[in-house]
Amino acid sequence: MKVEQISIFLENKPGGLSGVTKVLKEAGINIRALSLADTSDFGILRLIVDDVTRAKKVLNDSGFAVGRTHVIAVEVPDKPGGLHSILELLTKNGINVEYMYAFVERSGENAVIIFRFDNIDQAIEVLLSGGFTVLKGEQVYSL
Amino acid sequence: MIFNEEFETLPREALESLQLKRLKHIAERVYHTVGHYHKKFEEAGVTPEDIRSLDDLKRLPFTTKQDLRDNYPFGLFSVPMTNIVRLHASSGTTGKPTVVAYTKRDIETWAELMARSFAAAGLTRNDIIHNAYGYGLFTGGLGAHYGAEKLGASVIPMSGGNTKKQIMLLQDFGPTAICCTPSYLLYLAETGEEMGIDMKSLRLRVGILGAEPWSERMRAEIEGRLDITALDIYGLSEIMGPGVAMECLEGRNGLHIFEDNFIVEVIDPATGEVVPNGQRGELVFTTLTKEAFPLIRYRTKDISRLMREVCRCGRNFVRMERVSGRSDDMFIIRGVNVFPSQIESVIMEIEGLEPHYKLILDREGSLDTLEIQVEVSEKIFSDEIRQLQNLERRIAKDIKDYIGISAKVKLVEPKSLQRFEGKAQRVIDKRNI
Repeated sequence: MKVEQISIFLENKPGGLSGVTKVLKEAGINIRALSLADTSDFGILRLIVDDVTRAKKVLNDSGFAVGRTHVIAVEVPDKPGGLHSILELLTKNGINVEYMYAFVERSGENAVIIFRFDNIDQAIEVLLSGGFTVLKGEQVYSL
Repeated sequence: MIFNEEFETLPREALESLQLKRLKHIAERVYHTVGHYHKKFEEAGVTPEDIRSLDDLKRLPFTTKQDLRDNYPFGLFSVPMTNIVRLHASSGTTGKPTVVAYTKRDIETWAELMARSFAAAGLTRNDIIHNAYGYGLFTGGLGAHYGAEKLGASVIPMSGGNTKKQIMLLQDFGPTAICCTPSYLLYLAETGEEMGIDMKSLRLRVGILGAEPWSERMRAEIEGRLDITALDIYGLSEIMGPGVAMECLEGRNGLHIFEDNFIVEVIDPATGEVVPNGQRGELVFTTLTKEAFPLIRYRTKDISRLMREVCRCGRNFVRMERVSGRSDDMFIIRGVNVFPSQIESVIMEIEGLEPHYKLILDREGSLDTLEIQVEVSEKIFSDEIRQLQNLERRIAKDIKDYIGISAKVKLVEPKSLQRFEGKAQRVIDKRNI
């Protein structure tokens, strides 16, 4: 039920992001989803890719600091109120979202929301019992 | 292990009478053979005959780097070029380099001092010494080389640079000791680890490290990463080169100054007065045995303090504390004197941070600003902004608590800061541009 995400430290300077995408391109690694969080000085690029282990290795070899974190991916119908129903459930159960980002599946019918929680196992339980579809890692890597 | 038992363990009284005899001789010599000293002595109203005790050394004028520049290139030599067998020059970061000279006997003296230093590190003729100090005009390479040969050890004259080859030889030749700057040794360890080599399994057991200020934290880092004993060596080309003072394996607390060859004083850099015993200040050296290029009361700009307690290694020579900075590396920010090594200690206190940093001084309006750039390593990296900002705040707070200055901390990408093979240049002062 958990999805592995890699995160990369980037200084806020021209060419920082393209340095990462170049390495991934040359290694033939496909990006499934991404988000960039930033401050005035630095940013953290978070990626879901099709080959986590190899992506970490090629990025490390190019000198980047790379972290691996577990996140979860929840599928919701791509229509008004889709995200709200999840957040409502989480709030009711006192679960705090560290961060999240979303993308829309290729078919266009569903949206996938990536969540990072402090207590990931509890969050999975709550979401499943609330009737939501939590995607498996392999499903997300190959979307 | 003591290389020259007779001199290194001289009782204090005998040592001081030897020093006085040699001081009188050297004062006499420079007064009569070097125009610069003759003039300086006259201006100070002293003659060599005025030196009746070691205390009279205070009456002699200081010699500074500027004096060396003013007499560039050969003006301070005390013998004709016929008697000089070697010249070295220090990298002149500003303007011309400073040139130093050695007679045949000077080279022998220097080799003996380096042999003493190696012996103090526990080395014998059975050791293989990997010498990664630069060979050439810099005194490090050849100084260590002659000392290693004098000791009878096997020396690998590797010189600086060419890091991958260095690592190959460390693996294949199995040296038991390495000489280089501490930051370069860390860089070697880092590069080796990246190449997938277990740097702890090398045969290296001791590092003789110097030519730049470093810290106890850095020592712990080096010792942990390479599984060796890291010892501090001190020297500067003007005085002799490496081998002016050396930390002993037994004590590992301060460097013994080879006092049969040098007299050391510690002064307040602002007033020039000798500071009370044990207080920190600028090291000043007078050479006692050098022929080609004797120096009287040379101001090193290195900050340290002397320890006169008896050392368990048996040497009677006074010890100097690890150099904690240079009086010219020192920067003043909002009225506070700061040495880069102080900032380094704070950074190294924090788990997971690498000892690589850059300090950028600037001015906003009339206010000095300090930015400290620190590399993010995977050990401290987090995918949450908040965690990294907490780290920045923690560093800034520690700097404020320990040093008393406010600084902006900026995290930068791993290995993006310059690594140094010689003396590290970590301060960029944009204030006067």
